[in-house]
Amino acid sequence: MSKTTAPGLPDVLARHEQELLDDWLHEQLAAATLRPELMSEEELRQQSREFLSLLRQATADVIPGDIRDPRGEAVREMLRELTRNRVARGFTVSEIAAFVFSLKQPLFRRLAEEFSGDPKVLVELIWETNVYLDRLGLYTTEVYHKSREQVIARQQAELMELSTPVVQLWEGVLAIPLIGTLDSARTQVVMESLLQRMVDTGATIAIIDITGVPTVDTNVAKHLIKTVTAARLMGADCFISGIRPAIAQTIVHLGVNLSEIVTKATLADALALALRKAGFRITRTEKP
Amino acid sequence: MMREPAAERIPILKMGDVLLVTIQVEMHDQLALTLQNDLIEAIIREHARGVLIDISALEVVDSFIGRVIRDTAAMSKLLGALTVVVGIRPAVAITLVDLGLSLGDVPTAMTVEKGMELLRFARAAAPQPAGGEGEHERGSQ
Repeated sequence: MSKTTAPGLPDVLARHEQELLDDWLHEQLAAATLRPELMSEEELRQQSREFLSLLRQATADVIPGDIRDPRGEAVREMLRELTRNRVARGFTVSEIAAFVFSLKQPLFRRLAEEFSGDPKVLVELIWETNVYLDRLGLYTTEVYHKSREQVIARQQAELMELSTPVVQLWEGVLAIPLIGTLDSARTQVVMESLLQRMVDTGATIAIIDITGVPTVDTNVAKHLIKTVTAARLMGADCFISGIRPAIAQTIVHLGVNLSEIVTKATLADALALALRKAGFRITRTEKP
Repeated sequence: MMREPAAERIPILKMGDVLLVTIQVEMHDQLALTLQNDLIEAIIREHARGVLIDISALEVVDSFIGRVIRDTAAMSKLLGALTVVVGIRPAVAITLVDLGLSLGDVPTAMTVEKGMELLRFARAAAPQPAGGEGEHERGSQ
């Protein structure tokens, strides 16, 4: 796309700043996307004025055809800030994008008045401005999604930490009760935290309890085998407990080979085995 | 076979009839092969009955090093010495598993102390192999 020199836009923006701002604000205040309960009119005016002045600077030479154009950095920065701010307040994605898109009508009206004598220039100018404003509007949605993704990623990380506690059952015996579906990312965390705790505590027996794992398919089995193998490499025994009847059936039907791994039905069974391996003996005292 | 006097070597310590190898430098392929040669020679020379390979200082174990360790363990077994690999770090263990490289049936232990214990247990459990023991008996008296 050709970038024609467009002295028209920054010129119009500079000369009619106040009228444009009023028109635009009028437009925004009348729109259904306005959220008066989330944001004051004064703040909106402040932001609109800032955007107009930054837009004028960005388009001073040419209207950037590319959103990544360095001349538009200040506008983008402002939109990033604005989007983050509005996301935090609970605006929806279209309400945020409407901030940019609502400028079109007052701006184009103003341009049409200014260039009414030269339709060719007018069409060209409106087209380029339109494209640029569209990109800025889409940029806010991009920022919106990015900030959402960050929230999701953070929550995932928190969930992962929450869901993999390593507990010490006895001297030298660790257990890790797994709850929820095992995928490769989680297996990695489980492995790392279990192995690290083994090093920290010097425990040589670990029990992985899968009572809370809803289904065991070939993938989950593969992950379990991986964890057990890694623990063995470090010189520890690793048992799996909490195999429910349904899971035992699935494992056999799928033909998953867990024969190299010691498995027990309940955590109690696994603990009894662990204690025996560690050389402890449990006896019941005489009843008083 | 290939003797390079200037080449760096990993020291092999003798503790009774156990050889202790602590790898404290970054392993590269040639060094691993040199260690393998030195170790099997030392097993024969010292009539060792057990070998502890301590790799707790190693942060990276690639597939080649892993295989050399496994092979060395198999060779020492042929020579009548049980090899225990000691101190594999969590990150290393995970990498080995991800690479699909287990150490086979090479026993592992978390610390040198536990490795020694394992060797003692294994020796108490295993029947004394006949033949070639005369020299060793004489040496330990």
